[in-house]
Amino acid sequence: MTAPVNIQMTVNGEAVSCAVAPRETLADFLRQGLELTGTHTGCEMGVCGACLVVLDGQVVHSCLTFAVQADGSVIETIEGLNDRSVIADIQEAFHARNALQCGFCTSGVLMTAHSLLSQPGVPSREQIRDALSGNYCRCTGYEAIVDAIESVARDRAAAPAARQIEEAGA
Amino acid sequence: MKARAFSYARPTTVVEALETFATSGADASYIAGGQSLVPALALRLQAPELLIDIAHIPSLRGIELQGRWLRIGALTRHCEALTDPLIARHAPLLREAAPFVAHPAIRNKGTLGGSVALADPASEFPAMMLAMGAELEIAGSDGNRRVPADDFFIELFQTAIEPGELLVAIHVPVVGPRHRLAFDELARRRGDYAIVGAGLLAEFNGDCIQSIRAAFFSVGNTPLRAMTVEGVLTGRNLDRTAIAEAQAALADDLAPPDDEHTPAAVRLHLARVLLGRLLGKLMVAA
Repeated sequence: MTAPVNIQMTVNGEAVSCAVAPRETLADFLRQGLELTGTHTGCEMGVCGACLVVLDGQVVHSCLTFAVQADGSVIETIEGLNDRSVIADIQEAFHARNALQCGFCTSGVLMTAHSLLSQPGVPSREQIRDALSGNYCRCTGYEAIVDAIESVARDRAAAPAARQIEEAGA
Repeated sequence: MKARAFSYARPTTVVEALETFATSGADASYIAGGQSLVPALALRLQAPELLIDIAHIPSLRGIELQGRWLRIGALTRHCEALTDPLIARHAPLLREAAPFVAHPAIRNKGTLGGSVALADPASEFPAMMLAMGAELEIAGSDGNRRVPADDFFIELFQTAIEPGELLVAIHVPVVGPRHRLAFDELARRRGDYAIVGAGLLAEFNGDCIQSIRAAFFSVGNTPLRAMTVEGVLTGRNLDRTAIAEAQAALADDLAPPDDEHTPAAVRLHLARVLLGRLLGKLMVAA
């Protein structure tokens, strides 16, 4: 039987309980079921990176996961990262350096940047490019994206204490 | 780009998974990370009536040293091959190959067991099973058996795993202080499928190669060992002459197909270039 299956998960800190068709991808469930349309569907085959979300602490393609597989998981979308203000400095750097144009890829790129910059140390430009190898951007040519991520990495490394104080107050 | 409708089962033991498959009428697929299967479903290259999600079976997890073998649970993810200390120490070829496998987000979900069971001839990990002399543990209705990698890869996307059976673990002979290894691939862009790639694992006695396994991928319907090359190098001191002879012998091992992007002669040439580079790495790795 292909009847809907009941699933429960935590999305952006909120408990969600829903019935989904087994073939429904997590991307479609987030966008249509929960109206979290910041997660974009581009290629729907794991190539373009527009649909990246955090699933149980790791960035994955929501188009390559069926919602039923994510039953019991903790998920954070770009809306969640935005609302927690954990990527505010990355967003500002993207704005300042024109690291987006049409914006379709941006939520996925921000996911990758967030994941990369959550690791210790300042990544080299080559490491930034390698991390972005699964994100397609057809507007910028990537140079400004790499610039923005690099500048945030340096700023965070230069002022970790200030950042912690700021976060604690926020 | 949407999968055909299917049913979904989530067993919690291997026995339950095998039974679920057995009662499905065979139109079922196991799914673990799904990083190859879900695109195939989205493109409707496959359209099973039942997906059996094996990602929640605890016995398929974990990495454990068992004497001279490292047991790597089938659900071990590609990203763990990059970071796990046991893999880095005892099965370092996997660590070397992992950065070349797809992109970071794919590596966060794709599993080693899934990659080996799929046996994509252009994939890194299946070929490394050959290079490492790994054994693949398969669960079936008659219990578990271990199949040497040399007998595992049969034809294009076809392995020793019979329908309904499940790859549960990868067993890798641990490397010792006299082992040297090298991995590399040639691809147009990082993360793309390789035009050609290879991994070498050799045991040295001083400067003399005591034994060597050389496995290539993206050169035919399955990953391939270059047995003639291995024969040329075994028992010899690794020097420029030996490398040149090994490169010349590669034509006896590989007969890559022509395709629209890469003529066979180009692929064979690139395989020789790669072999030379990798042997050069072994030479200076002492």
